[in-house]
Amino acid sequence: MKNLVILGAGTAGTMMANHLHHHLKRPDWQISIIDEKEEHHYQPGYLFLPFDIYTPEDIVKKIEEFIPGDVNLVREKINRILPKENVVQLSSGRSINYDILIIATGAKIAPEETEGMKGSEWQKSVFDFYTFEGSLALRDKLRHWQGGKLVIHITEMPIKCPVAPLEFAFLADSFFKHKHLRDKVDITYVTPLSGAFTKPKATETLEHLLEEKKIKIESDFAVECIDNDKKELVDYGGRRVPFDILVTVPTNKGDDLMERSGLGDDLNYVPTHKATLQSKNYENIFVLGDASNIPASKAGSVAHFEAEILTDNISLYIEGKPLKEEFDGHANCFIETGNGKALLIDFNYTHEPVEGSFPFAGIGPLRLLKESRINHMGKLAFRWIYWNMLLKGTHIPFVPATMSESGKHYN
Amino acid sequence: MEKTIAGKQITVNEEGYLTDFNQWNEQVAEALALEAEVSLTPRHWEVLKYLQNEQKNQVALSIRRIGKSGLLDIKEFYQLFPVAPLKTATKIAGIPKPASCI
Repeated sequence: MKNLVILGAGTAGTMMANHLHHHLKRPDWQISIIDEKEEHHYQPGYLFLPFDIYTPEDIVKKIEEFIPGDVNLVREKINRILPKENVVQLSSGRSINYDILIIATGAKIAPEETEGMKGSEWQKSVFDFYTFEGSLALRDKLRHWQGGKLVIHITEMPIKCPVAPLEFAFLADSFFKHKHLRDKVDITYVTPLSGAFTKPKATETLEHLLEEKKIKIESDFAVECIDNDKKELVDYGGRRVPFDILVTVPTNKGDDLMERSGLGDDLNYVPTHKATLQSKNYENIFVLGDASNIPASKAGSVAHFEAEILTDNISLYIEGKPLKEEFDGHANCFIETGNGKALLIDFNYTHEPVEGSFPFAGIGPLRLLKESRINHMGKLAFRWIYWNMLLKGTHIPFVPATMSESGKHYN
Repeated sequence: MEKTIAGKQITVNEEGYLTDFNQWNEQVAEALALEAEVSLTPRHWEVLKYLQNEQKNQVALSIRRIGKSGLLDIKEFYQLFPVAPLKTATKIAGIPKPASCI
């Protein structure tokens, strides 16, 4: 019997287990998935926790609920991958051999990368919302806060869900309006990018929204440290931004396991072919989701589209056939803009987000790069889709893995 | 779009980055630096050469990478190119704007 081993039972790993168990069956294949955690978190929900829109119960379920019965779930910490020997060593001392390895260990925040970030003000006035704990601590703070300077900040790119900090800014505007505190809250958005987003057309739309909501933007800001005494963000050029509450997105990194195993780059991401998802250094290792270094957004939708293509590529690899070079970097993201509205963007490696209709050209019902209530309904419905379709590897109707150019208004 | 600089016709994109590195030379760099209000010292040239070399080796450039280059630290990079240093320095070096942002 051959072994296919998946590392990580998050969004990407879970979807892959659900896809592959239809294709690789006993007695020829045993699929194992390794993750030390007990819980599966719906990470997009971290954005809503601080504003009391979602409760913790909405976004946490047990990992095993989503792993098929014929897949072997191993609840242990992984010590090292020995890629030359095709072995995964667990912390217990046990080893698991593999014929094919899929790395889906994701990305996580590394606040220790920035001087002073995890200082005396951490979770007092300096918060993250990329972890469950961070998000809850921020919720507790915002419930009683009476106003002042709110600064939303990105440390460096790439980060998971690059639109999340903007959504946070928009939702904060809306939250304080409803609390009749908006005139007492000064909101500033601080980014290392030259503008609100990474792609020109979307940047234009989003900067217009920031202006409309009276959110100031400080761009090209490369943070050097956080001054805990003065409560200021300090950049390498000497610029300082004072805050009463800082909501920061710390540096994101791949799992430390990659460093221990000699498989990662500077930020512990695994060098990966961007069209096939095969690792660059070992042909029997594939990388899915945030763990790879491919130049696509680190987002669940990307992992979903990748998983459909990787499933085919695993079969081709087993048959000894050439892999499909098909992954195009397709991402599809709702952007909450507050007051019950949202934008939708759909893009890939080569095509930036533009206006149009989705998923049906000329019909919609969703509008691309335009605020609407139905987009917001889409975002809220998405949680159901995530738990009931996405994780189970069900194809989302009318939304192909590769991006469609029809219905989009390119120049 | 076409642009005449240092007596030479060059092609740049909408953000002012050279689209063909073959059009780059030291006079073009001097002129681009002037536009960015940077006056080039021997130390600047070392950094520009380093960036061009990294680009040639297809290394994805980022501020973090500069900090780990062993050539200079981020603080000095900011002293040399005070405003948005990576964007300014790559423009003067005649190489594409780093795509470190997805």
